Amino acid sequence: MALSKRMLEEEPSEIEMLLPWHAAGTLSARDARRVEEALAHDPALAKQYAVIREEYAETIDLNESLGAPSARAMQKLFAAIDAEPAHVPQASFNVASRFAAFFASLSPRTLAWSAGLAALALLLQAGVIGAVLMKNQSTTYQTASLSMNEPITRALGPESPPRALVRFAPDARIVDITALLDHYHASIIDGAKGGMFRLQFGDKAMSREEVASLMNRLQGEKIIALAVATP
Amino acid sequence: MQVLYGRHHVRVFRFGLRVVRDEQVAEDLISEVFLDVWRQAGKFEGRSAVSTWLLAITRFKALSALRRRKDVELEDEAANAIEDTSDDPEVSVQKKDTSAALRKCLTALSSDHREIVDLVYYHEKSVEEVAEIVGIPENTVKTRLFYARKKLADLLKAAGVERGWP
Repeated sequence: MALSKRMLEEEPSEIEMLLPWHAAGTLSARDARRVEEALAHDPALAKQYAVIREEYAETIDLNESLGAPSARAMQKLFAAIDAEPAHVPQASFNVASRFAAFFASLSPRTLAWSAGLAALALLLQAGVIGAVLMKNQSTTYQTASLSMNEPITRALGPESPPRALVRFAPDARIVDITALLDHYHASIIDGAKGGMFRLQFGDKAMSREEVASLMNRLQGEKIIALAVATP
Repeated sequence: MQVLYGRHHVRVFRFGLRVVRDEQVAEDLISEVFLDVWRQAGKFEGRSAVSTWLLAITRFKALSALRRRKDVELEDEAANAIEDTSDDPEVSVQKKDTSAALRKCLTALSSDHREIVDLVYYHEKSVEEVAEIVGIPENTVKTRLFYARKKLADLLKAAGVERGWP
């Protein structure tokens, strides 16, 4: 009974037990605040804290007096590392390496069977998707480039206005190009692919001779490096 | 590895030396510790500080080295074998050298108490880190250090040093 009473009296408080960590500066901000407040209001605790700071300083001095290992330890370590089988230490495994490790762990036979099953599953899946799509669509089809909502503006016959692929001279100015387009009643209908613009001239068809003459005149322009008639 | 070794080998050595109390053994120990680190680098998950991880490995290896030596009476014998140029505690007190007496008593603590005092004061480990290194609950860490300090006070008192606590 007397013993348990003594033990109860000796039971340290939570704050009292945290004092060494407060001296070492390793408490969380919240705990450090609690300890600071308790120290400010409890002289006995403050006295104990002073004792702890002595212990703290002496423990550091004692450990510092132990010196350092000789170069022998380092030589022994690096000789042992050199003797180790070559490997690259990895700080962490990423997902790709985990996958690689998993597949590497499979036997070739298992791997072949797995690959075959995976291929079969893909084929089945493709078949199911295809069947569903065919069922839901009408039987007609159209090409990706054909839009049924827009009128066809280009005819293949001689009645379509002439077109040409034109490369402007490198020093051609915008003002000059605009003036040329006005002069020939031309418009750019396609962007600069490989430095070539597709131009359309007027809105009426021309004969072959007229087109050839037009190309000759275009070739004669200073700001045009190349002009080729196109359908 | 050289950077890691350069940064941590002294503290690892001192921590190991305080456990095994033999410089040769402690030097062998740090080679083993860093070789293990080299081999197991992939297992380090970065959840704790590198120094905490190193001290945990060092502790395990130091205790294994002690067991290998089968030196049951190591505590007393090794304590006597440690080169100590300071005076006995009584003489120190006569010289009013509380500091030297304190050092002597710190050395005379049990290995469990010495270990926790070093980890908290010298290696500046938090409650959580000490719990991880030693492998005991956090509350046990706190009470163990409290009783280590009480033991230290008792040793000093026996040597005639009164510090006003407990």
